[in-house]
Amino acid sequence: MSSLRPDLAVIAARIAPDTRVLDVGCGDGALLGSLRDAKRVDARGMEIDAALVAECVARGLSVVQGDAERDLADYPDGAFDYAVLGQTLQTAQRPDLLLGELLRVGRTAFVSFPNFAHWRTRAALLWGGRMPVTRALPVSWYETRNIHHVTVADFEALAGAMGVAIRRRWFFSGGKRLAGSGANWRAEFALFELSR
Amino acid sequence: MPAAHNLLTLPDPLPLDGGGVLERAEIAFETYGELAPDKSNAILICHALTGDQYVAGAHPVTGKPGWWERMVGPGKPVDTDRFHVICPNVIGSCMGSTGPASPGPNGAPLAMRFPVITIRDMVRGAIALLDALGIEQLHGVVGGSMGGMQALSLAANWPGRAARVLAIATTARHSAQNIAFHEVGRQAIMADPGWNGGEYYAGAAPAAGLAVARMAAHITYLSEDGLTEKFGRNLQAKADGTAGAKSFGFDADFQVESYLRHQGSGFTKRFDANSYLYITRAMDYFDLAEEHGGLLAEAFAGAGARFCVVSFDSDWLYPTAESRHLVHALNAAGAPVSFVELSAPHGHDSFLLEVPALDRVVAGFLG
Repeated sequence: MSSLRPDLAVIAARIAPDTRVLDVGCGDGALLGSLRDAKRVDARGMEIDAALVAECVARGLSVVQGDAERDLADYPDGAFDYAVLGQTLQTAQRPDLLLGELLRVGRTAFVSFPNFAHWRTRAALLWGGRMPVTRALPVSWYETRNIHHVTVADFEALAGAMGVAIRRRWFFSGGKRLAGSGANWRAEFALFELSR
Repeated sequence: MPAAHNLLTLPDPLPLDGGGVLERAEIAFETYGELAPDKSNAILICHALTGDQYVAGAHPVTGKPGWWERMVGPGKPVDTDRFHVICPNVIGSCMGSTGPASPGPNGAPLAMRFPVITIRDMVRGAIALLDALGIEQLHGVVGGSMGGMQALSLAANWPGRAARVLAIATTARHSAQNIAFHEVGRQAIMADPGWNGGEYYAGAAPAAGLAVARMAAHITYLSEDGLTEKFGRNLQAKADGTAGAKSFGFDADFQVESYLRHQGSGFTKRFDANSYLYITRAMDYFDLAEEHGGLLAEAFAGAGARFCVVSFDSDWLYPTAESRHLVHALNAAGAPVSFVELSAPHGHDSFLLEVPALDRVVAGFLG
């Protein structure tokens, strides 16, 4: 599990064995494969990119090609113990609706995203006057898939407005975990564990 | 047919959805690769409308390579060094299994006295073959197009019989458009005076009607882009090698016309017109949800298999929306399912052609 991205490694550690997990935007299936092998999890994925889905199927994973904002509707309420949305929220047309769907199909949700209020981003915008291109946000504004930039404070406010309970939160910078203080300045990435 | 097919005569009458039975039905089949001592490595491959049991290797009638030669064989995605592949010819067909060309009690071909069959009847025949071969659980069942329908029908009606179900370029029900195209084909056959109510086996077959049926169907297997790329508006060169020109008549001026005529006439040499009627009818009757109280998810409620559904973006015969409908039902039934829409230019026929991504999915899913 050491090869997992830091947010996924935390999620993998939090997920109980023998549960049902849906990873939305599962990419090449790294988290799902790890959960299946290490925790006998019934691991399912959804991924929009056909080549990545083919890679997952080739690993023996059950992954459906689809657009989370359209196709999560196919799953019954509470179909999963956990629903995971790793660094995908900021690419959604309507992150609020997606978050609602995530917590409809999963009893617990893990959501991670790049924090737009990180000091590097703030500095780039403040001093450069241009949309930031940073370690955490490496793609220019005109070709990035991130269409809804969000900050730690924004996300917490949305969760509050939606009546979603934040169970735990983790922050990362340079691939390492951070303590929580000043996270909205210091965190490059954030991960939240949520429930209804 | 001069070729001697491998045949198994079913010991028991085969009950049919239409109410009758087939007595002493024969199933023609081919196998590839060794069956493991514990019989755990068997894969059933189901063929499409005009396919047959000759998946790989040279076809004894046409001399051409098997219809899935590129997918099935030693070291190929369906690896016959590891798997024992079984492919039966569906009942109703004409490559050795009992069908309308088979003799009836008086020795004459059954023709239209052959009962109307369904996709589930075809699978019932395949299951009877597996029973006779002593294969209780399949490592997997695989099929494209009508073969995919059989794979889904097997999963729904014989739960537990297959551990993996791979359904490619297929659908859980025939749409109005699918039925409409088939009806054009059937009417072309029946409008041919040679058809003679199906009683043509002693004389000339309704080749013109069957060829038109094949031409119309063949268009549905391709894509507009594929046809444009392959033929465009190019004119057919003359027989003496001179450049093509408009004839101001009704010869095959365009290459696409020539191609379709060739497809049509070639098909009549290897396929029985009555079989075409019966098999297209079976496909039109196919609606997996209808068999299960109108809810497709119910069909898979106890399936207990892993599913993989593959569609192609250029397939307008069984478009991706049909696969999504199927995947939706499998999800609702809680079945482990993978789904991928692959990009390929060849339309419905993509499942038979060079699509490397399909090879990876097939090999990966079968494990």
